Formats: sequence, C-alpha cells, structure tokens
Amino acid sequence: MSNYKMHILVCGGTGCRASQSHEIVEVFKAELKAHNLENDAQVVTTGCFGFCEKGPIVKIIPDNTFYTQVTPSDCTEIVLEHILKGRKVNRLLYEDPKTQSHVEDSKHMDFYKKQLRIALRNCGFIDPENIHEYIARDGYAALGKVLSEMTASSAIDEIKKSGLRGRGGGGFPTGLKWEIASKFKSDQKYVVCNADEGDPGAFMDRSILEGDPHSVIEAMAICGYCIGATKGLVYIRAEYPLAITRLKIAIEQARNFGLLGNDIMGSGFSFDIELRYGAGAFVCGEETALIHSMEGKRGEPTVKPPYPAEKGYLGKPTNVNNVETFASIPVIILKGSEWFASIGTERSKGTKVFALAGKINNVGLIEVPMGITLREIIYEIGGGIKDGKKFKAVQTGGPSGGCLTEKHLDTPIDYDNLTAAGSMMGSGGMIVMDEDDCMVSVAKFYLDFSVEESCGKCSPCRIGNKRLHEMLEKITSGKGTVEDLDYLQNLSKVIKDTALCGLGQTSPNPVLSTLEHFYEEYLIHVKERRCPAGRCKELRLYSINPDLCTGCTACTKACPVGAIEGEKRQPHIIHEEKCIRCGACYAKCKFTAINVQ
Amino acid sequence: MGKVKITIDNTPVEVESNLTVYQAAKQIGINIPVLCYMNLEHLNIENRPGGCRICVVEIEGRKNLAPSCSTLCAEGMVVHTNNRRVLNARKTVLELLLSDHPKDCLICPKSGQCDLQDLAVKMGIREIHAVENAEVSTYRKDISPALSRNMDKCVLCRRCETICNTVQTVGALSVVNRGFMSVVAPAFEEDLIDSPCTFCGQCVAVCPTGALTEVNHTPKIIRALSDPTKTVIVQTAPAVRAALGEEFGYPAGTLVTGKLVAALRKLGFAKVFDTDFAADLTIIEEGNELLNRLTKHLNGDTNVKLPILTSCCPAWVNFFEFYFPDMLDVPSTARSPQQMFGSIAKTYYAEMLGIKREDLIVVSVMPCLAKKYECQRDEFQVDGNPDVDFSISTRELAALIKTSNIDFNVLEDEDFDHPLGESTGAAVIFGATGGVIEAAVRTAYELYTGMKLQRIDFHELRGLEGIRMATVNFNGTQINIGIAHQLGNARKLLEGIRNGMYHFHAIEIMACPGGCIGGAGQPLHHGDSSVIKARFDAIYREDASKPLRKSHENPYIVKLYEEYLGNPLGEKAHHLLHTHYFDKKKIKAARKNKN
Amino acid sequence: MNKIKSLDDLRRIKQDLAGGMNIREKSNSPESLVQIRVAMATCGIASGARNVMNTLIEKIEKDKIPAIVTQGGCMGYCYAEPTVEVKKPGEDPVVFSFVNEKVAIDILEKYVLKGELIDGILPVNYRTIEQK
Repeated sequence: MSNYKMHILVCGGTGCRASQSHEIVEVFKAELKAHNLENDAQVVTTGCFGFCEKGPIVKIIPDNTFYTQVTPSDCTEIVLEHILKGRKVNRLLYEDPKTQSHVEDSKHMDFYKKQLRIALRNCGFIDPENIHEYIARDGYAALGKVLSEMTASSAIDEIKKSGLRGRGGGGFPTGLKWEIASKFKSDQKYVVCNADEGDPGAFMDRSILEGDPHSVIEAMAICGYCIGATKGLVYIRAEYPLAITRLKIAIEQARNFGLLGNDIMGSGFSFDIELRYGAGAFVCGEETALIHSMEGKRGEPTVKPPYPAEKGYLGKPTNVNNVETFASIPVIILKGSEWFASIGTERSKGTKVFALAGKINNVGLIEVPMGITLREIIYEIGGGIKDGKKFKAVQTGGPSGGCLTEKHLDTPIDYDNLTAAGSMMGSGGMIVMDEDDCMVSVAKFYLDFSVEESCGKCSPCRIGNKRLHEMLEKITSGKGTVEDLDYLQNLSKVIKDTALCGLGQTSPNPVLSTLEHFYEEYLIHVKERRCPAGRCKELRLYSINPDLCTGCTACTKACPVGAIEGEKRQPHIIHEEKCIRCGACYAKCKFTAINVQ
Repeated sequence: MGKVKITIDNTPVEVESNLTVYQAAKQIGINIPVLCYMNLEHLNIENRPGGCRICVVEIEGRKNLAPSCSTLCAEGMVVHTNNRRVLNARKTVLELLLSDHPKDCLICPKSGQCDLQDLAVKMGIREIHAVENAEVSTYRKDISPALSRNMDKCVLCRRCETICNTVQTVGALSVVNRGFMSVVAPAFEEDLIDSPCTFCGQCVAVCPTGALTEVNHTPKIIRALSDPTKTVIVQTAPAVRAALGEEFGYPAGTLVTGKLVAALRKLGFAKVFDTDFAADLTIIEEGNELLNRLTKHLNGDTNVKLPILTSCCPAWVNFFEFYFPDMLDVPSTARSPQQMFGSIAKTYYAEMLGIKREDLIVVSVMPCLAKKYECQRDEFQVDGNPDVDFSISTRELAALIKTSNIDFNVLEDEDFDHPLGESTGAAVIFGATGGVIEAAVRTAYELYTGMKLQRIDFHELRGLEGIRMATVNFNGTQINIGIAHQLGNARKLLEGIRNGMYHFHAIEIMACPGGCIGGAGQPLHHGDSSVIKARFDAIYREDASKPLRKSHENPYIVKLYEEYLGNPLGEKAHHLLHTHYFDKKKIKAARKNKN
Repeated sequence: MNKIKSLDDLRRIKQDLAGGMNIREKSNSPESLVQIRVAMATCGIASGARNVMNTLIEKIEKDKIPAIVTQGGCMGYCYAEPTVEVKKPGEDPVVFSFVNEKVAIDILEKYVLKGELIDGILPVNYRTIEQK
C-alpha cells in the first residue's frame, strides 16, 4: 500500500449507495486525477458510518471531517477547497440540532461521542472488499492466535469469561452455547451464522456484513475450531444483495489467502463457508426455523429440546450465532476477555448495536456500552426529539419488544433490565415516539407485523395474534369496550404462555407493555371514543368553527359523502353521522375553519 | 432407559425417562387432551408437531407452559395439568381454534366423529370470546374423484401432512402460505387430481375434523336402489366385515359378516356378493402369472421381469404409475378383486341373468377410498359403462344402514348369494398386509410342486412391521418374498429393487397401514392403532374358520373357468381380468400444459 | 498473493500493510497523538506549505512518531506563512512560523520528541483545536 496523506472515505453501505455514493467515488477519483492529487489522496469505499439519516457520508482522514448529504456535484468543491487548500466545506458539515452550528469533525459530534464501536469497529473505516485493510487492522490475528496458541477449550473459556451474550435477541451466553455444541460427538458439525435480520428498522447485521464481512468469517472459523466443525453456513436474506456480494468477495479472498480452506495457517484445521439464502421470513431468525429453511423445508420452528447444538442442520450438532455476536469474537480473542468484561453491566458485558429510529433527531446505527441509559441514547447520541416535541415512549426489541416510558429513561440498558421493564433487547431496534403517537396504534402496528410474519404452525400465534390485531382495530375505530381490554390482556398472556417459539412468545409484548404503561390512553379510546394523539382516523371529530367559516363552499364540494351543508356565505355545518372522517374538507379549507378533535 | 420420579397433579409417580409428560400422565389416569398429537404405536406412525398447544401443562420452574405431548419427563419435575393457569390457557387456545372454524357442526360430515367437537364438549365451551369481529379463514373447496378437501375446517394439526409425506412419501399435501393464511394444499395450490395424490385417503383417516373427507356416493346408491329398471348387486371387501361392527358399538375386531349380508339385503340389493370371490379369482390369475414368470426365469429367460408385484391396491397402482414409471412392466397385470368382480358381473353374471350390462348396477363396499377412483378409470369401462358403478366405504355403508332405520345389532346372520358369493380363507386374508401374497403362495405352491400343502398358515408372512422379508421353500426352490405396507415402505422396497439391493421373486404391497383393514374408508380409529391390530387378528380368525382356504379350491371359481373363461391367463381371462398401466407423471404434465 | 501458512506469515503481512492504514488508525484516536496542523490556505501553499507538510508526513512515517498531520485553513498569520500548529496531548497548542523543510524536521525532533522549544513560536491568541 502506498502512503497517502489523505484518505477520502465514502460510505458504500446500502443506504448511501441508494443516494448515489458509488457515483461520488467515481467523481472523487476523476477530480483527484484532474488536479494531480492521485498520489496524495486515496478514495476508499467503506461500510456504513451509522449516521444514515444524513447520508451519503464522506469522511476525510486524517482530520475526521464528516461531510453529510454529499452529492456527486459537491465532490469538486471538496477536492478544490478541502483537499487542495485545507478549507472545510462548511455547508456540508453536520449541523448540531441544539446549537445550529457546524461541527468540524466526527470526534466532536454528539452522535459519536458516547459510542464505543466493537462490533462496528471496522464499519466506515476499512474497505470491506479489500482483505489487506482488514489484515492491516489485525484481521485474522485472532484466528491465528486461536489456531496456534490456544486449545478449543481455552478459546471457549475465553469467550465464556468475556460474558458475551447472543446479540440476536435471545441473550444466551455465547461461550456456553459453544461449549454445549463442542461436547456432542459427531462426524460432522456445523457453524451457522444467522444473518436473517428481520426486525423492522433494524439493520446492524446488514451493516456489519456490508462493512466488515471478514470479521464474521474469521469468527465463524474460530467457532468451527472451538466446537469441532469444518463447515460454516451463512443464512442470509436474499434481500441483502450488497451484503451477499461483499460476503462472497470476502470468502473468496479469505480462500485465496489460505484463511479458509484446508489446513488454515498450517494448523491442520480446515474450515470453509457457504451461503444459504433466506426468503425474508421473520420467523426464520428463530434457529430451528432457520435450520429447516436451510434444509429446504418449510421455515417453521420445532419444539426444543432437542436444541440445534445436539440435532441441528441435517441432524448434526450445529451452533447458530447472529452476525453481531460473531463480529465481537475476534476482538475478544485479541484484547482478552477481561477487557471485554470490563465494559457493560454485571450480567451484560460489552457493547450493543442499536438501530435508532423514529421521532429523533439523529437517526442511525449506534454501538454503545451496555449499561448506558435510554436518556443518554435519546438525548445525547440521538440529539433529542424531533421538532422539540415531548418524548412519549421508546420501543425496544422490535415487534417482540415493548414500549418503555419516561420513567425508564434512566434505567441502565442491559438484557435483564429491559426484560424486567416489560420489553427486551431483541436484535436492537429502538424506535422513539413523541406526543403525537397513539400507543394503541403503535401496538396495532407491531401486531400487524407479527400477524404477517407468523409461520402459522401453532394456534396461539396463528389465530391469537390475528385476534389481538382485530381487537386493537376495533378499539382504534371506536368500537371497543372496557371488557375488550380485559380480554386483550388475557389473550396476550395466554399467547405468551403457550406459543411454540420466540416469535409467538413475545409478539404480545407491545400490547402488554402499552396496556401497562398507557392504560389511560386505551380507556379514553373505549370510553370516550377519542384518540388523545389524534392518530386514530376513525376517532377524529370534524366540526366547523362558525366564526372562521366564510361559507366559501369549498368543503362542501370536497366532501365525498355530502356530509357538509350550508348556505353560500353563511357558516357551514358537518353532519357527524354522515362524516366518514376522510379529512378532505380539512385539506380544502383556506380559513382554518375546520376543527379536528 | 432409567426411571425418573415426577409429580403430576400432586401425585408422585415413577416412570421411564423416555416418556413424555402426556404419556406419564396417562399411566396414572390423567387424560390430558390432545389435538394435533397422534401416535399409532402398532404402526410406528407418530405426528407430534407440538403445534395445537391444547395439551399444554405447567411445569414448575419453567417460564412458559409446556406441550405435554413433546416434553420428556425429567427427574423431580412437578407438573400441573389442571390448575387455573393451565385451564385458562387451554380453554383460550381452544376458543381461538373455534373462532377460526365454521360453526356448522350440525351439518358437518364429521359431526359426532370430530375430535375438535369432542374437545369443545369435554371442555364445556359455551361461548367464543372476541368473535364478533373475527375473520374466519376460507379456502376454495377441492373435490377429487375420491377425496374432498374443505380447508375451512382445518385446524393445521399436520397429521395429513405427516401421513402424506413421512409415512406415504406421496408428497401431495403440505402446508403452504403463512400465518393466518396457512393452508394444507398440494404444491402450487393445485387440485388433488393434478397432484401426485394416490387417493389412498390416509389423510382422511387421520383428519380430526371435517377438513378431509371422502366423496359421499350413498345418494347415488339410494337412487339406483329405487330404480325399478335396474338390478343392483353389491360386493363387499374382506376388510369391511372386520370393522363395520365398530360403527354399531361392537368392539374392534368383531366379525359381523352375517349381519353385514343381512343389512345389505335389507337395503334392497338384489344380490349380496363377496369381493372375496374375485379375490380367489385374482389369486388364480396372479398365481399363474407368478408361476409363469418364475418358470421362465428359472429356465434362464433373461427377458422375464422379476419380482412380480401385486396390483390389488389402487393407491399403490397410482403410486407406482406416478413415481416409478420406469417399472410399469414389473407389477402383475391382474386387475384388483373389485374390478375383476365388476368385469365378471357385467359379463358372465349379466349373461346368466339375461340382462344388458347397463341395467346391472354393481356397487362395491370397500375399506378404501382409492377404490372410488379406481372404478372410474377409463380402462374399467365398456362403452362408457363402468364395470363397477359406485364404490362406497365402510363408513358410508354404516351411515346408509343407520339412515335406513335398520337396527344392525339385532339382525340375524345371513349368507352371501351364489355364484359370486363363495370364497375361501385365502381371499379373506386379502384384507391384511401379507394376506395377498400368502394366498398366492398357498395356490402357487400346490400348482408348482403338484403337492398338497402340509401347513396352510404362513406365519412368516404375517405381521405389522412396515417391511417384511421371508423365504418360502417350494419343495427345494427357494422363493424370496417381500412385503410392504404404507407407501413409504413400498418406496424403499422399490428403490432397493431398482438399485439392485434386493432380489425378490414376489412382492406384496398395500398402501394403507396394516393393509385394507387400516383402509381410509374404515371406521375412524381416532389415533388408536390397537383398533387396527384387532381387525388384523379378526381377519386371520375368519380365514382359520373357513372350510376352504386355498383359492383354487373354490368350486365356483373352477366352474367359472370351465363354463366361461377357459384357462387362466387365456385370451378371455386376459381381456376381462387384466389391465395395463400408464406413466401418470407424463399424463399429469400433459394435462397441465393443456390448461 | 501467496497463501498465509502460519501466524508469523500473517504478522509479517500485517506489518507490510499497516503503513497504508496508519493515517486512519491515528485519526481514529487523535487525542492521544501529537496533532500537527499545517495551514494550507492560498498564502501557506504559496509560501511552500505543501513541501512542509510532505516533509512532516514522511519523517513521521519513517521514525514512527506518534503524531498526525492534518491541514488547516488560513490562521490569519499570512505574513508568517508557512505556519504549523502543534498540539501535544494534554498541552496547549503552539504555533510555529516561517516553517521550511528544515524547521519542520526540527519541530519534530526537538519540540515533539524532546520537548525543546525552538525559534519562531507565535503568541497564543487564537482558538485551540479543542474549542472549535
């Protein structure tokens, strides 16, 4: 590698690519060439920086200048001003929503200040399609160390001592999982990487695979060595074409370097990896369902035990870990379990990646140490609630999680605290809601997802979730009763208690947690037939303010059902019984004379 | 397996550690209700998806309720099967199932025989909560020549799927779509007739609800019986007499041959004949075919195909026509007894009566649903007139008897009519797996050796294991025999032959578990395989009680050849009693292309 | 590329490759490094700032000095260009004026490595990097 004085890192993640980041790379290259700067500055396509809301991101090294929402036409200016003259292009710098001032480099951005990037350590830092850059960052050194200096059991011990727990949602101790799989005797075992990321809004696994595929490959090989498997399979969603491409390139490179294949680094250990594509069924994130899907069977879970560690893929002992879990492994091996265990809380060690979304200023992917509070995430990293609105709730754990409220803001986040608060870690979705969000509708939204994604195998999930959804629909359309709330509660509990797999056992969480924390809001829906947030369309009440109405008749013409009456130039009235709450009149009125309640 | 101590509903019990909580509870008289779970232990068939969640119990220390059907007992386990939490959960789950089920029990073909209905009764369901807005899943009906699918009534127990895929390896039915839209259907949601379905009907035999039923032909029979221009005769298969009694409260395995004949006469059939007569005829043809091929083979003729496979089972015929089209010349060309009967009835017997074949209606009572399809095959029609007009199942006959106000239990025994009602013990055992080949051996032995059998009972050919192999000594010539029941076992045997692993001279295959006694038209076993075992024993009892036990000794058969057919395998016999097979895969593909 | 046959192989390759990534590694944790900023406005470039910068970078690479070189805009000392600001971890920044290639080497060898002050330091009347 030649030594460039400056590196221009351009995000090549799916989000930024969708906004022409590949074109940005081309323009940069052409501009550098045009200004004879080819030997001074290098353009690197990296993985995701996490700050997806403001993409495409361009980061200039060494000064860490963080340009946001860059377009191909901005590249010339960046080259001329910044690369050539050292003057930052101010208008492209990130603007702090609190101070409205431009922040010169990423080190001073609130979004990054509190982050600690372990699983995402290489994302937005290296070129994922270049194994050299991975190796230069101590890539495959952990594998080398394990193969040449450690026994399988000592490596497993190291992982156990680190306290790493499954990042896919279950939170099962990873070292223990490996140990169990290592104890079953078999002619063939399998290491499976679960890359069937399915929570709506969560994309950390995709980001890791797009930004740092080698870390997953390396970790899978380490796992193979530990449990005695020579074959690895990555079960990845077919809807992740870029991740698939990068992973394929990485596997090929690793093979060419002898880091996959036979007799890796002269250790006698052989390991190789194949890809299996998922069709995007949420339930296939459940490990037994995932294994069935890989076997070409219907993707649905089976009763455990037997666990995959005993009878997994093709009936052989199989260890399944999620992408983020794997991505943490090489660092633990290199830096040691003590280092990792020093981060986080008593029972949840290390860091966790969250996909921050919703009514928050800084939307994106963040990695924070366990034990950080929701307040820190929302108000510091996330930059607070959008448009200065009031925080109402945060949903963690995706469709399987629950809603947490104001009173949970200072709870340190870890597996156990989230569960105790009625939510869960899940795969790390985090959706922030403000005062304009109706919690009944929020619960309905998640149920809609669970209904859609239920595999249909067990009755409580197949029919129960459908009934929950219908019940919520009834409430949001103003037809619910107080008794319905009791039934909602009972049905939710029974589904949790009786469903076959993790999907059904958690799908009522959004209902239960909103019932617990926002019972009043439910009551208002069923007793007063009113939606306090004004979200439930069918509960809106339209009326005309006679003082403001000019009798222009625009609303009368707009109303599709003839619910508005009135003489010309006289105040009109809306007949509530005819009104279908479509809002057409509201949109048409130029005099703000139409009230919505 | 060691023993473990567990406590169920405050009762300590010591059980084998490989038992499930459900099984352990049963041992101490606690019947946990189940729906999807089914264990036919005598046949080694189990369906345990753990999906319905009706059988959930509380196990102390566990976060969630556990399905007792698939939770193994472990030392120190404390189980509650009937506390408030469990009862509430179970009732709620059942309510959910009922909320997505049509409430037309009164007019359902399964009414009174439905496991879901029984559950609702047992658990005293009096209302279904949250039902006023509830969507009920619906799916188009699919009526094939033999089976009817009404998936609105499906509870997704997956029994049919297990039977069709794991047991029969037919692969016609499996769950498609997801969640609330899940439905059991052939691939690409085709109709059954376009799928690899063999019409064995075992899906119907295990369906707990009215989702899978037979196509009911009883109205056609009532119409025919009341038509004065028609002569309506009936044949009944051997397995029917060993099971029909169950529908009238007799214990499984009670032989009700005499009452069966009496009931059929009361229903108005002009003659009550026995398919066993045709079974004896089948043995003559098939036995001679076997001897013919065997002799040629032993004389070194390399063109002769061995083993010879039996062809009495219509589902089996459908199966090899679809899955083994390369081996169509292996099975015997002899028609099944039902079809031999029809063919002889509409020629020999119609001539005897001096009526046209169109005016003779042949009805068959079968333990089988595939027979409904078989009698509709083109090969078994003459100028559009079928040899067998209608085939009804044992269950349909029972319903017909009940509808016709006949008090079955007080009927005096009666005998079959002649000439087509006489039969030997060899024909009777056609009803059980291994029976056809034993019957064939009894005849072939005597024909081949010219000696009288010393021992008529070939116990080595009997049993309920899925695949059985035996060698019979034909006076120095060792004849290797293979037997399989259930199509999955048949597949294994056939693949073994195809790849040269097995060398048999003759093979008997029956599609249904236990042979025809476990046929899909029989009274429902409701998951209790001891019922099938009892019928199995009854068949051999009937055989032992018969004065004649070898087909070639049936005097009416001898007479039939003398008066009408000439020689076995002769030209007339060939025309009336033999058939040919088709490549179904090709035919179905061609039909699909045309559509 | 030849296959990596042992852990030592891997380490060797890593050593070879690390240089190219150094700049990124260093920028990842600037607070623990000596941060050197060369004023690269028109005035600076005209006075030879580019050569100064190249000299600094090469020397740092060669001697493996824990320092990172970035470029800055005009600091307002146009008369004194090229100017170089050096901030050691935990210390106040110091600005050197009229830096040429020789001074650049001196800055590194004397001020950065040994802590000795050299001529040409400008008075501190500007914002530090930290306050930006």
